[in-house]
Amino acid sequence: MLTYFKNLGLGVVTVLNSMRVAWRHLFTPSVTLQYPTVKWKMPERSRMRLFNKIDDCIGCSACARACPTKCITIQSEKRGKDEPEIYASDGTVIKLRTVVYDIDMTLCCYCALCTFPCPTKCLVMTGEYEYAVYDKNDHIYHFAKDKPMTVKAPKEQSTEKA
Amino acid sequence: MESIAQLLRLMPKYDTLPGLTQAIISVLLSCIVIFALLALAVLFLVWMERKVSAHIQDRLGPMYVGGWHGWAQTLADALKLLLKEDIVPAATDKLLFKMAPFIVFLGAFAAFVVVPFGASSFVTDLNIGVLYIVAVGSLSVIGIIMAGWASNNKYSLYGGMRAAAQIISYEIPSAIAIMTVIIPVGSLSMVDIVNAQKGGFQHWFLFRNPFIFLAFIVYFVASLAEVNRTPFDIPEAESELVAGYHTEYSGMRFAFFFLAEYANMFLVASVATTLFLGGWTQVLPSSIAHQFIPGPILFFLKALLLIFIQMWLRWSLPRLRVDQLMYLSWKVLLPISLVLVLGVGLLTVYW
Repeated sequence: MLTYFKNLGLGVVTVLNSMRVAWRHLFTPSVTLQYPTVKWKMPERSRMRLFNKIDDCIGCSACARACPTKCITIQSEKRGKDEPEIYASDGTVIKLRTVVYDIDMTLCCYCALCTFPCPTKCLVMTGEYEYAVYDKNDHIYHFAKDKPMTVKAPKEQSTEKA
Repeated sequence: MESIAQLLRLMPKYDTLPGLTQAIISVLLSCIVIFALLALAVLFLVWMERKVSAHIQDRLGPMYVGGWHGWAQTLADALKLLLKEDIVPAATDKLLFKMAPFIVFLGAFAAFVVVPFGASSFVTDLNIGVLYIVAVGSLSVIGIIMAGWASNNKYSLYGGMRAAAQIISYEIPSAIAIMTVIIPVGSLSMVDIVNAQKGGFQHWFLFRNPFIFLAFIVYFVASLAEVNRTPFDIPEAESELVAGYHTEYSGMRFAFFFLAEYANMFLVASVATTLFLGGWTQVLPSSIAHQFIPGPILFFLKALLLIFIQMWLRWSLPRLRVDQLMYLSWKVLLPISLVLVLGVGLLTVYW
């Protein structure tokens, strides 16, 4: 009989305790972030979408060799002797004309191994993370601006990745 | 409602209509008013439940639909449910399956006929009002068993059986707890019970004697079990039975189960308000603030307070085991409520 009332009292105390905890949480500020309107400030070195500052790119293909998933496709050709010398922003002479510089973000594994060998630091990982698209092919980013000048531009190779 | 009948009498030539027509018109209008009131209350309560649960869990809950704190979320959900396909599974008992949600809802709906929302806003004042509520309120068990059986699904059947066992068990302590109020009033009419509590909060049965205060707690716990709320939600235990007796339902029929669940919540809160919290009467003694807030609004505020406590409990307690559930009903609430009836009787006679 005594244990019966002890159990009863224990039950009442437990219920009141749990209600007290719930009441306290009712007034703690919620941790929800109203995502599309409010966003996280991404950390400084976050690894999201790749971006290539193509004006600084010397077309060395070091990034493509470093990539473990082969998601970077580069084709470049020698600039002619008669063309004026151009320089990257850190003073490196650009000797190659990059005609294809494609990054397939569906293959990218966000390891950032490609950004370290880049001699002019033109390939970077940005904090941009909202790049959902309707077509898979839209995830292949074309950075190259230049058209091939020489006749022997291999056509079938340039369309291989696209 | 009484006031509807009065309003109708203002209509030109209403008195020249035959008596039967008058009765039908007033009954139909009352039904429409109560249904609209219930639907609005349920829409609000679902939103409130989601908000309360969210804030207890440090979330925000619905925030977009309608602008201000997602107030129109339940409206959108209800519209979506109404527009969905009406699926009746192949191996079900078709007639029972289709009828069940409406019978469950009928129990809650019909009981509101005798609930006095205000001094003159009630449909009818039965002299056995409390008995009627207890009787009609338990009609929903039949609908729940029908749903569980007709679905031809083991989870539904388990849910239906558990609901039946639970609701029938808990009806006894709740009815006995109600008796503690009936003894001092000496009447089963809801209106008489409210009138006996007029004149401020010290006249409410809740604060009038300690036995009735405990009876209120007994009634509250038992009514939680009767409407299948957590911690007594073993009939629809998500983690064991998918959704219990309404596993196979979708679209509008599911919406009716939902409507019935929240209407039942509102019903037990209304009954507790009427019996223990003075119904539509003023909170402060009439000498201090005479007719401060209109009666119906006070009634809804009191009922909302009780519903908030129901929600608060739901998000602070885990689900009971089946044997614990039966233990609580038969070994705790029933003996306590019997002792309380005895105490109230003795107090009424000798004091």
